[in-house]
Amino acid sequence: MGIYDPTERAIINGLQGGFPLTHEPFADAGARIGLSEGEVIDGVQCLVANGSISRFGPLWNAEGLGGEVCLAAIAVPPEHFDQVASQVNAHPEVAHNYERTHALNMWFVISVDRPERIAGVIEAIEAETGLKVYSMPKKREFFVGFRVEV
Amino acid sequence: MLDAIDRRIITATQDGFPLVAHPYRTVGQMIGVDETEVIARLDRLLADGAIRRIGVIPNHYALGYTANGMSVWDVADEAVAGIGARIGALDFVTHCYERPRHLPIWPYNLFAMVHGRSRDEVRDKVARIADLIGAAARVHDILFSTRILKKTGLRIAA
Repeated sequence: MGIYDPTERAIINGLQGGFPLTHEPFADAGARIGLSEGEVIDGVQCLVANGSISRFGPLWNAEGLGGEVCLAAIAVPPEHFDQVASQVNAHPEVAHNYERTHALNMWFVISVDRPERIAGVIEAIEAETGLKVYSMPKKREFFVGFRVEV
Repeated sequence: MLDAIDRRIITATQDGFPLVAHPYRTVGQMIGVDETEVIARLDRLLADGAIRRIGVIPNHYALGYTANGMSVWDVADEAVAGIGARIGALDFVTHCYERPRHLPIWPYNLFAMVHGRSRDEVRDKVARIADLIGAAARVHDILFSTRILKKTGLRIAA
């Protein structure tokens, strides 16, 4: 974790959404947070270069693009954990995979361009691993207003 | 829903906007449309929900948010909508979803992801959710992530 100067803090805390869709958006965004156009552009470049921010631009929503994502979990015997992780991760449709503290100790997200492909990925993982995949598709999403603060 | 130009815009911007004074003009030059077309399409994609938001995409780990706890709750089905909306409004919850139970191994139907600078901070925040839910939550747990096994960004074919 870095120590951020006032310019960097203004960018991180103030530009997590609402970037203007205008002719000179960096100038307009800067005016909102008290920075010049050049300070915003240079500051964002530094923050991307040092890894503090992943990128600057649109956060795309896979489902809004016509695809579908599905959370799934497996209770993996500890002695087979790395092998099962390799089998699961080998599927390009598996976008994220985390080890977590529960009997269901492997949690991954399946992301596909067509919703009907989810079941096929789950069946393939079950056949390869011999383990049951618990499918946890979202039934409802609640609005979140999360922001990081530095 | 997406046409070929939308897909070219996604491909051109999925690693971020060009960091120049007129980024939409530059994107337009990359894909062969003019600036006003790029702006109008981004505006529509945002309104349609294909874009969640535009701006800084933080790297939570680099910014010090190294603890990540998936708090999970068993809430009466008829109470989920009201409780989920109140949890989502908390400023430290990054995702909040209703999902199916799998009894007996998985009794939980409400998921709220909480990020913090330490596990104790996450536990404190989850305690605030517990206060908010009160007796409506029959049982809950926090699943901390102990390893990232895979993480890739969204990739859309052009």
